Amino acid sequence: MTATATRPSPPKPRTRRGGGGSRRNREMWVLMLPALVPVLLFSVGPLLYGVGLAFTDARATRNRDVSFTGLENVYELFGDADFWSSFKIGLIWSVSVTVLQFLAALGLALLLNQNLRFRGVARVLAVVPWAMPPVVIGLMWKLVYHPDAGILNSMLGTDVNWLADFSLALPAIIVVGVWTGMPQTTVVLLAGLQSVPKELYEAVEVDGAGRWRRFWNITLPQLRPVIVAITSLDFVWNINQFGLVYVLTAGGPGGQTRLPMLFAYEEAFRYRFFGYASMLGVAFAIVVLAVLGLYLWRQMKEAK
Amino acid sequence: MKRLPSYAALLAYIVFLAFPLVWLLSTALKTPQEMAQLDPTWIPREPTLANFSDAFGEQDLTGAALRSLVVAIFSSFITVLISLPAAYAMARYRSLVNRVAIGWVLVSQVFPFILIIIPLFMVLRELELVNTLPGLVVVHVTFTLPFALWMLQGYVRAVPPELEEAASVDGAGRLRALVSVVAPLLAPGVVATLLFSFISSWNEFLFALVILQDPDVMTLPLTLVRFTGPEGVARLGPLAAASLMATIPSLIFFAIIQRRLRSGLMAGAVKG
Repeated sequence: MTATATRPSPPKPRTRRGGGGSRRNREMWVLMLPALVPVLLFSVGPLLYGVGLAFTDARATRNRDVSFTGLENVYELFGDADFWSSFKIGLIWSVSVTVLQFLAALGLALLLNQNLRFRGVARVLAVVPWAMPPVVIGLMWKLVYHPDAGILNSMLGTDVNWLADFSLALPAIIVVGVWTGMPQTTVVLLAGLQSVPKELYEAVEVDGAGRWRRFWNITLPQLRPVIVAITSLDFVWNINQFGLVYVLTAGGPGGQTRLPMLFAYEEAFRYRFFGYASMLGVAFAIVVLAVLGLYLWRQMKEAK
Repeated sequence: MKRLPSYAALLAYIVFLAFPLVWLLSTALKTPQEMAQLDPTWIPREPTLANFSDAFGEQDLTGAALRSLVVAIFSSFITVLISLPAAYAMARYRSLVNRVAIGWVLVSQVFPFILIIIPLFMVLRELELVNTLPGLVVVHVTFTLPFALWMLQGYVRAVPPELEEAASVDGAGRLRALVSVVAPLLAPGVVATLLFSFISSWNEFLFALVILQDPDVMTLPLTLVRFTGPEGVARLGPLAAASLMATIPSLIFFAIIQRRLRSGLMAGAVKG
């Protein structure tokens, strides 16, 4: 921003095609309009309306008087044990999936960056989860975990109903979360690895640095911006996860895998508390903004 | 051998990534009798393709696949049609709108959906679009649009404005310059965006879940989830077969963009 402001402006590049700035402006708006209308009407508008709804007692029922209730939904949310339990589950889920996903992806990216045989097989496989519809991923893992027809029990010689077990359901879906999200993180990290300048490695090779030293002193610091970016995004995506877990467990057993968005969905479309569920949305929007704000703040600090 | 640990690790990854896929395939090839037996095995005893034809025979599934196809075709074409001029404007006239649009792409990727979906549901209810396919098309277009826009404006930017100007100087009108010079160069980008929008719509579950509550209008992802009924294991074979078939469009898309994926250009592009 400041760079463009201080640079001496070239002589009127904007009117190059003739017609003056206002005509160009009008042209731009005409071209943007068809895209702008649906976005404003069906996403920006509803988003703002949703924030408003959070401060009302709105229910799903039509033509019912809705009244402004101020911060009542906030108090109710903070006093709701079910909310706190889903918040806790959401954090456990999101942190574990993000961390495991990152570690697994980093390992895979490092392997794929070497000149190994069968690398191609792993490369193709690493993209497949990304290409699958989330619903199909959920159903596929349900087949793996199936108590009678599933392969997992037969391989381990166990007789466990994985997705219905109070203590095993959450770890079981975390594995699925890692499997699902790992490819994308791998691709991003691999791109990061490939952009590390080769000269840096050559320089330490002269010093006779071992593999680990090279990894700790060069690869990791060079990758840091990419790592911070992808883990922040992964965390946010994971905490907003819905479809995959809805298919796998629908939040059960006994709410043990009820992630925040599953909780919000139930409040809205099962118990019909539109206002209350919107407040939940606002709360999580704040969490998301905080994480992204932290990320942007760090980026700015580093840029200085 | 020095590289042995690396190969062992690579093998572990391949096993972890592949085993659920292999199991899905194996289940899809098993007979109902075998499904009912205890101690399932990796290799089907009598492999059969009957599950695939059974899945096609299911009224629900075929209808749902057709509805998904209709919704995805309409969504993707409308998305590209309205984002093309906007992408052109974004790429050629740098302005504040540009930055706002990019910001919106990011916001739309990370926002808790519940905040949008409730009011959106209310709006669609007022417009009598709940439980209708046009309602879902409207939503899919709206939510694919930001990313499609971003994708397309990158392609427009890759076409040098000088080319366009040169054509104009040669006496071609502005519109003709666009049609005869820019359009052919944009074609691959348009196809990629079209495919991306198609897949987004074909795979989409959440909005469909809220908007389509009547089983008669449900799309494929919704119908697949409802598929396993009280009959239990006997229907798992056809379910696996149908799931595999539902993945085909995405696999085609990813096969096409594989090369770009590798170079990391599409990094962070498709939400998991």
